[in-house]
Amino acid sequence: MELIKEDLKTNPAIVADKIVNSPLVVKNLQQHSLKQVLAALSDRAVSNSENILERAAKAVGLKPNIIVEKTVTIDRAATELYNYWRDLTNLPTFMGHLKSVTHKDEAGKVSHWVADAPLDFTVEWDAEIVRDEPGHLIAWSALENAQIDNCGFVRFQPATGGRGTQVKVVLEYQPPGGALTDAIASLFGESPQEQIGDELNRFKQLMETGEIATTEGQPQGS
Amino acid sequence: MKAVCWHDKHDVRVETVPDPTILNPRDAIIKITSTAICGSDLHLYEGNIPTMESGDILGHEFMGEVVEVGREVKNLKKGDRVVVPFTIACGGCFFCKKDLWSLCDNSNPNTWMAEKFYGHSPSAIYGYSHLLGGYAGGQAQYARVPYADVGPIKIPDGLEDDKVLFLTDIFPTGYMAAENADIEPGDTVAVWGCGPVGQFAIKSAYMLGAERVIAIDRFPERLLMAQEQGNAEVINYEEIDPGEALKEMTGGRGPDRCIDAVGLEAHGTDAMAVYDEIKQGVKLETGRPTALRQAIVACRKGGTVSIPGVYGGFADKIPLGAIVNKALTLRSGQTHVQKYLQPLLERIQQEEIDPSFVISHRLNIEDAPKGYEIFRNKKDNCTKVVLKP
Ligand SMILES: [Zn+2]
Ligand SMILES: [Zn+2]
Repeated sequence: MELIKEDLKTNPAIVADKIVNSPLVVKNLQQHSLKQVLAALSDRAVSNSENILERAAKAVGLKPNIIVEKTVTIDRAATELYNYWRDLTNLPTFMGHLKSVTHKDEAGKVSHWVADAPLDFTVEWDAEIVRDEPGHLIAWSALENAQIDNCGFVRFQPATGGRGTQVKVVLEYQPPGGALTDAIASLFGESPQEQIGDELNRFKQLMETGEIATTEGQPQGS
Repeated sequence: MKAVCWHDKHDVRVETVPDPTILNPRDAIIKITSTAICGSDLHLYEGNIPTMESGDILGHEFMGEVVEVGREVKNLKKGDRVVVPFTIACGGCFFCKKDLWSLCDNSNPNTWMAEKFYGHSPSAIYGYSHLLGGYAGGQAQYARVPYADVGPIKIPDGLEDDKVLFLTDIFPTGYMAAENADIEPGDTVAVWGCGPVGQFAIKSAYMLGAERVIAIDRFPERLLMAQEQGNAEVINYEEIDPGEALKEMTGGRGPDRCIDAVGLEAHGTDAMAVYDEIKQGVKLETGRPTALRQAIVACRKGGTVSIPGVYGGFADKIPLGAIVNKALTLRSGQTHVQKYLQPLLERIQQEEIDPSFVISHRLNIEDAPKGYEIFRNKKDNCTKVVLKP
């Protein structure tokens, strides 16, 4: 696999597109944050994305952001998987820690996310879809003043030989300080990689078998 | 209901627990009529398998009567008599569609745990640790069966439980071991281990065209069974060196196909230590592959060594040089039980085989702890224990 050498600044949209579609996204992010890349990819005005770039760079300087990348192959067509995911209200079905996701506008561009946190707390934020390529890619980013600054994308690519679809999720978030640190821990688990892997597995189970494998509620000895 | 629960090393108890219920649309509930203790249950009994939890219900060899089905199960109805494969598999993933049921992608809710051990998760197995799904097992009066629309096979009336119960595991496991050996007409097949899987491997080897089968063990009653029931020539490895003997018995060439039906003889503390160590990337040996080493060295040039799924962890000092320089083929795997149910049921119906010959003990489920104990100590010529709930 060849690393992408071009700088994001020289040709933002094209380079960002290359990064997002590469086999190993995190490796190709190099010194950039995912937020920068998604901003460059966003349909929004370039002037706006400049601001996001600056902000992201500043944030990166202050605190290391956490980036997770995980891929699973699902034996279903990309369009079918995209369609299920694009209705963001479906996400809590397989994402254990999400309580609800609601669309805030008719186009489903802006959404409100509620996640469980320890001690009966919830964490909430608004997110916006910054890039939407039907059957292929959904990228989102938390709006300003979100409790957790996070962004990510899910990508659907046909596997070789008609063997289903490779579904890749890349997430980036800034661990906030204080009480919210615990909330983040419960959102993404001790190992964010594992947690996202688990959620992708549940998505796969749901799509391939119509249900999510469970043992919850089965009998057990004392 | 009554259920056999694991608590600790050498501590299994019969307890009263809640009845299972339908948890997913493709589930069924089975009222169990027969269930067996497997050689691999002894690894749990010895505390050799990590990620068991106190109170886990044991058992992966069971059959019974359907009492309830989920809304997506259209092929079964109340009252149907079924045999349940020990491998839990969805029927719809890449692997299930390739008939590789024990590699199902979707049945293990604890995939991440198995990935730590193996890189990828195999299918879940009833009553066999949380690493392999944590599903309640079938040494009980009732069991929940996931993916009931693709797993269980209906058994026609007139075939008693004892004849079909071992379709759950050990008959297909012995059969797949023989199939994996790529037997050609005229071949001599050597089988290490004359427990139930070895016994079925011997019979299956003949079914698949072997001309001679040589069985290796140290328990006289098991060797006698291999001889009388399986028509095998036998070697007691406590009396003679099996390597020498095999070479002499095969004209110096060595057996064409070798099946290792012995598997791991792990030491309890080792396996538990591995689970802890593995997180740090340190790999210790969990299996002592004496039989496998012998099989590799004994096997004729260009032959096949077949390893049924009886190893769990790591093993040292595998004679890789012999594998390479003799151009051996190694084949293995947990049994793709679902693939074998129909063809092997037909062999039973045509009276080519009556699998009940391996049964030595029939006990009430209340006596399961005693069953584990005598099976473990090979007391009383114990080869296979069937429990009646
Ligand atoms: Zn078994
Ligand atoms: Zn499957």
